[in-house]
Amino acid sequence: MGKVPKKRSLADKVRKTKTSTEIKNNPFEVKINRKKFDILGRKSKHDVGLPGVSRSKAINKRKETLLKEYKQKNKSNKLIDRRFGEYDTKMAPEDKILQRFAMERQRVHDKKDVYNLNEEEELTHYGQSLAEMEKFNDLVNSDDESEEKGLLSAELTASHFGGGGGLLKKKTSGDQQEEEGNQRAKSRQELIEELIQKSKQEKRERQVQKEEAQELTEKLDQEWKSIQALMVKKTPKGESADKPEEKPKLEEYDMRVRELGFEMKAQPSEKMKTPEELAREAKEKLQKLEADRLRRMMGDEVGDSAQSQVHMSADDLNDGFILDKEDKKTLSYQDGKWNIGEESGDDKDEDEEGGESDEEEESEAEEDDGDEEEEEGEEEDDEEQDEEEEEQEGGSEEEEEEDGHSDLDSEQESEDGERKQEDEETSAKPSTSLSKEELKAQQEAAKAELPYTFTAPESYSDLKDLLHGHTPDNQRIIVARTQKCNHPSLAAGNKLKLQKLFGFLSEYIGELATRSPPELATIDRLIPEMYTLCQMFPEAACKAMQTILGDAGHSMEEVLEVKGHVAFPTLDMLIYLKVTALLFPTSDFRHPVATPALLYISQALTKCPVRSLQDVTSGLVLCCLAVEYVSFSKRFMPELINFLAGTLHLAVQDKTSLGYTVVPPFRPSGKCSDLLVLSDSESCKSWSKKSLPLSATHHMDLRNDLDRDHHRLMCLSTCLDLVKRCCLLYKDLISFTCIFQPIRTLLSKHLSSQTLPELLQELHSEILETISSAPVTHARLVLDKKKPIPLKLLTPKIVEVLDYGKKRGSTREEREKERLKHKYKKEFKGALREIRKDSRFLAREKLSEVMNRDAERKRKVKELFGSLATQEGEWKALKRRKRK
Amino acid sequence: MFMRHRYNSCVEILLEHLSHELHEVKESALCCLMKFAAGEGQHPLEDLDWSEHYSFPRELIQAVVPVYQSNVFTLMSNISVPSQQSELTNFMVKQEAKHKDWKAAKLNEHKRVFERMWLGFLKHKLPSNMYKKVLVILHDSILPHMSKPTLMIDFLTAAYEVGGAISLLALNGLFVLIHQHNLDYPDFYKKLYNLLDPSIFHVKYRARFFHLANLFLSSSHLPVYLVAAFAKRLARLALTAPPTALLIVLPFIYNLIRRHPSCRVLLHKPSTEDEPLEDPYLMDEEDPAQCCALESSLWEIKTLQKHHHPDVAKAAMLINTPLPEKEDDISEVLEITTYELMERDLKQKQIKSIPLEFETATQLLKGGGGDVLAQHFCLD
Repeated sequence: MGKVPKKRSLADKVRKTKTSTEIKNNPFEVKINRKKFDILGRKSKHDVGLPGVSRSKAINKRKETLLKEYKQKNKSNKLIDRRFGEYDTKMAPEDKILQRFAMERQRVHDKKDVYNLNEEEELTHYGQSLAEMEKFNDLVNSDDESEEKGLLSAELTASHFGGGGGLLKKKTSGDQQEEEGNQRAKSRQELIEELIQKSKQEKRERQVQKEEAQELTEKLDQEWKSIQALMVKKTPKGESADKPEEKPKLEEYDMRVRELGFEMKAQPSEKMKTPEELAREAKEKLQKLEADRLRRMMGDEVGDSAQSQVHMSADDLNDGFILDKEDKKTLSYQDGKWNIGEESGDDKDEDEEGGESDEEEESEAEEDDGDEEEEEGEEEDDEEQDEEEEEQEGGSEEEEEEDGHSDLDSEQESEDGERKQEDEETSAKPSTSLSKEELKAQQEAAKAELPYTFTAPESYSDLKDLLHGHTPDNQRIIVARTQKCNHPSLAAGNKLKLQKLFGFLSEYIGELATRSPPELATIDRLIPEMYTLCQMFPEAACKAMQTILGDAGHSMEEVLEVKGHVAFPTLDMLIYLKVTALLFPTSDFRHPVATPALLYISQALTKCPVRSLQDVTSGLVLCCLAVEYVSFSKRFMPELINFLAGTLHLAVQDKTSLGYTVVPPFRPSGKCSDLLVLSDSESCKSWSKKSLPLSATHHMDLRNDLDRDHHRLMCLSTCLDLVKRCCLLYKDLISFTCIFQPIRTLLSKHLSSQTLPELLQELHSEILETISSAPVTHARLVLDKKKPIPLKLLTPKIVEVLDYGKKRGSTREEREKERLKHKYKKEFKGALREIRKDSRFLAREKLSEVMNRDAERKRKVKELFGSLATQEGEWKALKRRKRK
Repeated sequence: MFMRHRYNSCVEILLEHLSHELHEVKESALCCLMKFAAGEGQHPLEDLDWSEHYSFPRELIQAVVPVYQSNVFTLMSNISVPSQQSELTNFMVKQEAKHKDWKAAKLNEHKRVFERMWLGFLKHKLPSNMYKKVLVILHDSILPHMSKPTLMIDFLTAAYEVGGAISLLALNGLFVLIHQHNLDYPDFYKKLYNLLDPSIFHVKYRARFFHLANLFLSSSHLPVYLVAAFAKRLARLALTAPPTALLIVLPFIYNLIRRHPSCRVLLHKPSTEDEPLEDPYLMDEEDPAQCCALESSLWEIKTLQKHHHPDVAKAAMLINTPLPEKEDDISEVLEITTYELMERDLKQKQIKSIPLEFETATQLLKGGGGDVLAQHFCLD
């Protein structure tokens, strides 16, 4: 191992002393890599290796990295000198100092002075302090600048640019003339100094001038201001007088300028309102209206009420809600009788923040202080309380009406009674100020009016209670107001409430339709509200309608399984189907609501046997709906045609030798297959077309044969009209003639037009015309043309060669994989080799360390022994000497 | 005379009781009526001229017979003949040592008795609903237990000739006979062809019919004209079918065309002359050989591409491109109901956004496509 350091030192020496060419030329340093084959044109990098050089390189590198690390092993403390450029020998010490100062400044600036503006750090602009510049009047300043610039340019440019020499020459010549050669030639420096002095002098003069001018302008400004007011109107005249010749030109220009100046600048109008704000506004508006309504209901005079509003304490933010509650109370009035005293009393109580009111009122007031939304939720409880109250009051009201505020003593015992007394007192004033008739009229008007705010119903029965006993229009208004009051942007919970409201409304509609007689007018009024709700919450609406349809479909399926046939859908279901068509687009190819609805219609049209005139009517309503559903998309609906043909079949008198087949649910003959045959052909004459009532699907009141015949004719005309519509819808279908073949035979052979009224005859002939005019010939069916398959190309396949002499995989991926594998192997081997070399190096170092240590020790021991030996020797010598 | 009246009213009441809900009441009423009938037979109420010694209480018997028949039917359908002899070992009676020789233990004996019983039952004229009931259970609970199932041929052919739903049901029994007992039925396919009418899509036994039809038409040895006739007729009938039936019929037709590649002309016929032509198919022709189905094309399916239900329309779209090789499995769609079809849309979870009608709804009858409802109906 002693060889290694020797060799290394040799290599180092070699590297230091000899240049690379020398080494390369030295045959002892060079290792020649033998090549197996000579390949022309290939340049190989590694034909000659320099093992000594590379080894020394590697060792040096290890020394710098691995050895250092080894020596630092198990040593955790470190001293790092971070002084800038401390160990940089290339840097001049001045540079070092400058850099350090700059860094220091920067650091301080970064840290502290970002926001500290009045430190010595000054902001400048063109080398002038901005702070100073700000002190100047900007107008003067601007003038100043231009002047100065002008002057500067006039005088100095000549000397600065181009004319520097000329100026000097001129000067020199001038000087020569002036001083006549006592100083023959002034030095150049002197000349320049002179020039500078001059310019400075000029500058000073200019400054003085400027100041004077400034003073003057200020003075002028002041004077101008004093007379400005007087001049305002005269100036145009003065101007025109001053410059008459310039007038036309000026006018045009001025016009423009003034136009621009006076043009309506975008006025800062009310800013665009967010939906929330709008909703709030709408709500506020409603609340305000509500307050007005309530006031009139109470029979107060306008002024009075305004006063009472003024008296309200500013903290009382929620008064609208109090009123609202009041209103709820009044909504559920009992015998249609009204007590002003009571109401006004209540109101007063609340106005005075329940000063003398009972516990209930106080609790209410407390709640009012709370959140609005909370209130809405709790209101129902209050309502109930109120209702209870009212029940108590109900009796008293009547009595009061009768007794004319005299019979109060009888109620003294009850709590309410006490309150009422106070109420009476408070309400006495306004009521006396009005005559009784006026009061009554106002009360009536107020009573007829609706409250303006509503809480969202929490359950279906709530909604029912809310809408109960109102006219259809009012019901609509109620729902609309409920919706506005509970706009989702007003509170977090409102969204859910309104989503529920849609469900309740649809349920309510269903119930209205099942009542007898069905309240279709109300449904009609509620439709817009349904629509808006649906627009707000499509998901919820979709869910609600889907449940309805799903339930209906399911029950129909169940009945079908048991009995094999079902009754026609009831009116509510028909209404639901219509509402679905109103709320959702029916023309979609697939729609989560419309598709099941249409399927339901088709199911009903195929499975429900027709047994009565009601059934016929229901079926026709379904057909109408089906036509509406497919009217945009023009989609084919076999059930619809079948049903219409079957309905027409019902009107055929002679059921023998049919030229067509009747599709279930209709039968070629049987007890219910003559439903539409007229009992008396004379009834055609007295018939006139009018709309069938929807309720006819539900319940029909046909007393005599004539009525029944008229109904039959109505059904027939509807049916024929639908057939006509279908003809127009399906005109473009290829199998149009096949589809309408049964109807055609039926109409042309069995349902002769003579026996029908004129209107039906027209329809009859129109249909036949449409059917017969349709083209009967079609081109043969051909499959869609396919894209031609491209021919096989015969160009050679080019394969990338990545590694020579390696097996190549067939596909690109395989080849890539192979290549990566190879690379990995190579890298792995290299790493292994490096690690081995590292460990060898380390072992060597350790060994040398140990050997050094041992040698040291040996040396020391030897030294010690030596010293001891000398000591011993000396001692022995001494001894010997003594002995001697 | 009074007694006669009482007797008649009593009979009426008993007959009413026959349709009572409780089984006990029914049973006792029936017993009583049978006794009356027997008594009447022995002691005729009035001396009839035409039969001195044998009078039969006709009216009474006629009233009772259907009930009796249904009772018999329920009883007989509940008789399940054990299929293996080994199952016969557990009798109620104590077994003898040599029970092999015992007559009752032999399966063949059982079968023979069973067969005789059914034949005896079926000899009588049955009402149509009873007919249907018998046919429904015929193939799986009667035929396998008969020693000579071929004896049923007469009954089945008679039923097959009846037409309508009964024919459809008889098909099943016939299939068993043809399949397992080498029955040769002349003009079977012609009759099957004539069974196809619009009502097959609406009857209760639709699934069974299509299952059998699928089996009958699965043979690749059928003549092309026959298959084409079936395909064309089914396509024509599909114009009146409800969506659920269409979902069966369309794959059915596709399968027919797949099995018989020469039927592809129905879908793809690049004609030399480009002129459009009238449909040469004769719907009223009873003979599939004469109906010119092969000269026609399946324009009906093209029409169904505009069907209102998205699934049907999609299924019909398949004819635009060459049909894939693999046959559709019809058994999956055979039992599909409308509600299941509905649920596909109702239960769809990942609905991104529900499209809404943009036209504002103002009234119940206005809007939503053409005001058709408003023209014919009013609210009150």
